Amino acid sequence: MDTAVAHETHAGDHPESFIRHYLFSLDHKTIGKQYYFVTLFMALVGGSLAMLMRAHLGWPDRGILDPSTYLAAATMHGTVMIFFFLTSILTGAFGNFLIPLMIGAPDMAFPFLNMLSFWTFVPSVLVLLASFFVPGGPAGNGWTSYAPLSAVPAASPGSGLGQTLWVVAIFILMTSSLFGSLNFLTTIINMRAPGLSLGRLPLAIWGIFITAILALLSFPVLMAALAMLFLDRVAGTSFFVPAGLLIGGKLTPHSGGEALLWQHLFWFFGHPEVYILILTPMGIVSEIISTFSRKPIFGYKAMVLSLASIGFLSFLVWGHHMFVSGMNPILGATFTISTMIIAIPSAIKTFNWLTTLWQGRIRFTTALLFAVGFVSLFVTGGLSGIFLAASPVDIYLHDTYFVVAHFHFVMASAALFSIFAGTYFWFPKMFGRMMNERLGKIHFVLTFLGIYGTFYPMHFLGTHGMSRRLYTPNFYPFLGSVQPLDVFVSISAFVLGAAQFIFIANFFWSMLRGPKAERNPWQSNTLEWTADSPPPHGNWPQTPVVYRWPYDYAVPGAPEDYIPQTVPTAPAYAGRHGGGDAGGAA
Amino acid sequence: MPPQGEVRDERQAGLWAGILVLFILVAGVVSFVIARSQWWLQPLASVQGKVIDEYFDWILYATAIGFVAVHLFLAAALIRFAARGGERAAHWHEHLGAELTWTLVPGAAFVILGILGVFTWSGIYSAPPSNAEVVEVTGKQFFWYIRYPGQDGRFARTDPRLISQSNPLGMDPADPAARTNVVLVNELHMVTGRPVEIRVRSLDVIHSFFLPNFRVKQDAVPGRTVGIWFTPDQPGTYSIACAQLCGTGHYTMRGNVTVESQAAFDTWLQQQAAQ
Repeated sequence: MDTAVAHETHAGDHPESFIRHYLFSLDHKTIGKQYYFVTLFMALVGGSLAMLMRAHLGWPDRGILDPSTYLAAATMHGTVMIFFFLTSILTGAFGNFLIPLMIGAPDMAFPFLNMLSFWTFVPSVLVLLASFFVPGGPAGNGWTSYAPLSAVPAASPGSGLGQTLWVVAIFILMTSSLFGSLNFLTTIINMRAPGLSLGRLPLAIWGIFITAILALLSFPVLMAALAMLFLDRVAGTSFFVPAGLLIGGKLTPHSGGEALLWQHLFWFFGHPEVYILILTPMGIVSEIISTFSRKPIFGYKAMVLSLASIGFLSFLVWGHHMFVSGMNPILGATFTISTMIIAIPSAIKTFNWLTTLWQGRIRFTTALLFAVGFVSLFVTGGLSGIFLAASPVDIYLHDTYFVVAHFHFVMASAALFSIFAGTYFWFPKMFGRMMNERLGKIHFVLTFLGIYGTFYPMHFLGTHGMSRRLYTPNFYPFLGSVQPLDVFVSISAFVLGAAQFIFIANFFWSMLRGPKAERNPWQSNTLEWTADSPPPHGNWPQTPVVYRWPYDYAVPGAPEDYIPQTVPTAPAYAGRHGGGDAGGAA
Repeated sequence: MPPQGEVRDERQAGLWAGILVLFILVAGVVSFVIARSQWWLQPLASVQGKVIDEYFDWILYATAIGFVAVHLFLAAALIRFAARGGERAAHWHEHLGAELTWTLVPGAAFVILGILGVFTWSGIYSAPPSNAEVVEVTGKQFFWYIRYPGQDGRFARTDPRLISQSNPLGMDPADPAARTNVVLVNELHMVTGRPVEIRVRSLDVIHSFFLPNFRVKQDAVPGRTVGIWFTPDQPGTYSIACAQLCGTGHYTMRGNVTVESQAAFDTWLQQQAAQ
C-alpha cells in the first residue's frame, strides 16, 4: 500500500499540467497550503467584520450601522471565524500538512478524497460569501441561528435568503470536513512508520486524531439539524416551529414543532465543536513548548488521557448552553456536574505545560512566545468558564458579554495563538524559508496585549448585565455607564487588527524572499524535521524507521540535547525509558 | 538558530517575556478592582439572589487565586529558565505525587463547586410558595405583555387567532376571566417581601425574560410556558431586559419593574383594571 500511494503522488513519474499539479493536487502538503490560504482569507473577512462591529459598538449613537446590518455583521463574524477559519485551518491546513509528515507516511491514505475535501470546502466558502450579496443580506440571527427566529423567514430581515444560503454553506462545509476526518483517522491508524507505536505518537497528532473522532460523531448531528431547518424554511415542515405563532401580523401555518429541539441538536454538535477547536491547539502547543524548553513534555501519558477524556466528556456537557432555555431543571443540575468535571483534564494539561517550562532551557522564539501566550489565554478563559458552569450563576451571566469574553479567550484567542505558533514553527517546513523573528516578536507583543485589551473588559460588561447582540446598550438605564468600557475595547480591537498586517507582510515576504531554511532549524525531534524543507512528493526517499518517542530532549549522556525519533537506541543514551518511548506499543 | 554547541543567552528575552506576563497579571487585577466599583453585578433586590451572589463570590475567590498563581508561576519560569550557555534542561517528565495532587485538589474543588451549585439550583427551581402572586409575562417582538389575574386567580384562555390591536394576547371573550385579567405593556409591579411566580411565554420567537437585579432569567419559548418564582425584597424601580436575540428590535425590549408595598400595589392594580 505504501508503494502504491507513493507512486500515485510521485510527480517525477509524469509531468503534470499547472492545473493538476497545483489546483487539483493530490499532495497533502499542497492541499494543506491551499486550505491555509483560503482560511487566511476568511480570517481577514471575519476580522474585518469584527472591526466593523467594534467601530459601531464604541460609538453606537453615531449609527454607522443600522440594526439589521449590525446583526448580520455579528452573525457572519461568528460563522466565518468558527466554521471557515478556525475549524478549517486546524484540520484542513495543519491536519493535512502535518499528519503524514509526523507519522512517517508518504501521503494520506486517500489522496483523492483529500483533494475532494478541499474542493468541497471551496464551494461552501463561495455560497457563504454569496449570501452577502443577496436581497436581504446575509443571515442575521447569530452564528447559533436559534429557531423559530431562523426558521420563519418573516421573523426578521436577517431570516431571508441569506439564512437559507447560510444553512446550505455550512452543510457543504460539514461534508468536506467529514471527508477530511475519515482520511485522518485511516491514515493515523494504518500508515504510521515502522516503530511508531501509539505510545510514541506526537501530541500534535493525538490532538488531531481525537479531533477527527469528535468531528465524525458530532458533525452529522448538525447536518441533520441544518437539513431540518432548511425544510422548515422552504418546504413547509414544522420541525422547530410550534403552532400558533403570530409573526409579521400573521399566524404561521406550522404546527407540532419544538423550538428547543434546534438547541439540543445544535449544541450537541456545538459543544464537541469547541473542543474540536482546542484539542489540536493543545497538541501543537505541547510540541512547541517541549521543543523550545529543550525538555520532554511533562506527563505524556496524562496528556494523552486528558485529550481523550476531554473528547469523551465533550459529548456530555451541551446542556450548559441551555440552563435557562426552559428544559427540565434536573438537567441544570446534571450538566453543571459534568461541566465541572470536564475542567479537570484541562487543568491537568495546564499544569503539565507549566511544569515542562520549569527547569527547562527556554529559547524565546516567536513560536514559543505564542505557545506561552496560549497557556495564559486558555487559563483566563477556562477560569471564566467556571462561573458559567455553575448553573445558578449562569442564570445571571447567560447571554451576557461575560459569555462573549469567555469564548473569545478560551476558543478564539487560544486557538488563534496556537495557529500563529504553529505557523511560525512549521513555516520552514512548509515553504523552505524562515519567517522574520523580529517582526514575529513585535506581532506577538501587540497581539497579546491587544487581545487582553479587547476581551478582558468584556467580563465586566457581563457582570454589569449587558446582553449579547445588542445594537446599543442605550435603551437600558442600568447600562448607562458602559460606554468607556466599549470605547476601550474598540480601540484595543483596532490595535489588535492592525497588528495582524505585520504577520501578513512577514508571511508573504518570507515565503518569497525569506532566508532558506535548513532541514531542522529548531533542533526538534519529530519526524517532519528529518524531511527536506520543503519535502518533495512522498516526503522521504524511503520510509523512516522510528526508534524512540518524540520527547528525548536533555537526555543525560547524549551528545546533543535532542535525539530525533529516527536515531537508533544505544545503551549509552537510551533515554529514561530504555527503548525510548513512553511505554505501550500498539 | 545558532548551530549546536554555540553559547546562547536568552535571559534578556526571558526577562521581557516574564515582565509581559506580570503586566497582564497586574492589569487583570487592577482592572478587576476598578470594575468592582463601577461595572459590577446590578444592585441586588431579591432573596434568592443573595445565595447566587454568595456562590458567585466563592467562585471569584477560587478563580482569582488560580489566575494569580498561574501567571506568577509562568512569569517565574520564563525569567528563571531562559536558556544560557550550553547547559541542558532537567530530564524528568513524570512525577506521580505532583500529578495526583494537581488532579485531586482541583478535582475536589470543582466537584464541591458543582455540588454547591446543585443545591442552590434545586432551591431556585423548587415549587413556588402558595402565597405567591402569580403573573404571566409574554414576550413578543419587541414588547413584554404582563398579565395579572383577577381576584379569582384565573387566567383567561388565549387563542392566537383572537389576537388583535385591542386584544394583544388573544383572550377568549367567552371566558369570564377575560374581563378581570389586567394586561399591561412593559410594566411589572411586585410587592416587597411577597414571593412572585412568573409564567413566561412567547407569541413568536424565543426571547429571554431577564431581571438583572433579581438574578432572574428565563427564556420565553413559543409553544411552552415556563414557571419561575422569586421574592423581591428591596422596594424600588428596576429594568426588564431581553436576553435572547429575537430580531432587529432586540435591543429595544426594555420593561420597567416596580417593587412596592402591598397597599401601593393594590391601588396601582385597581387603577390599571379600571382602564
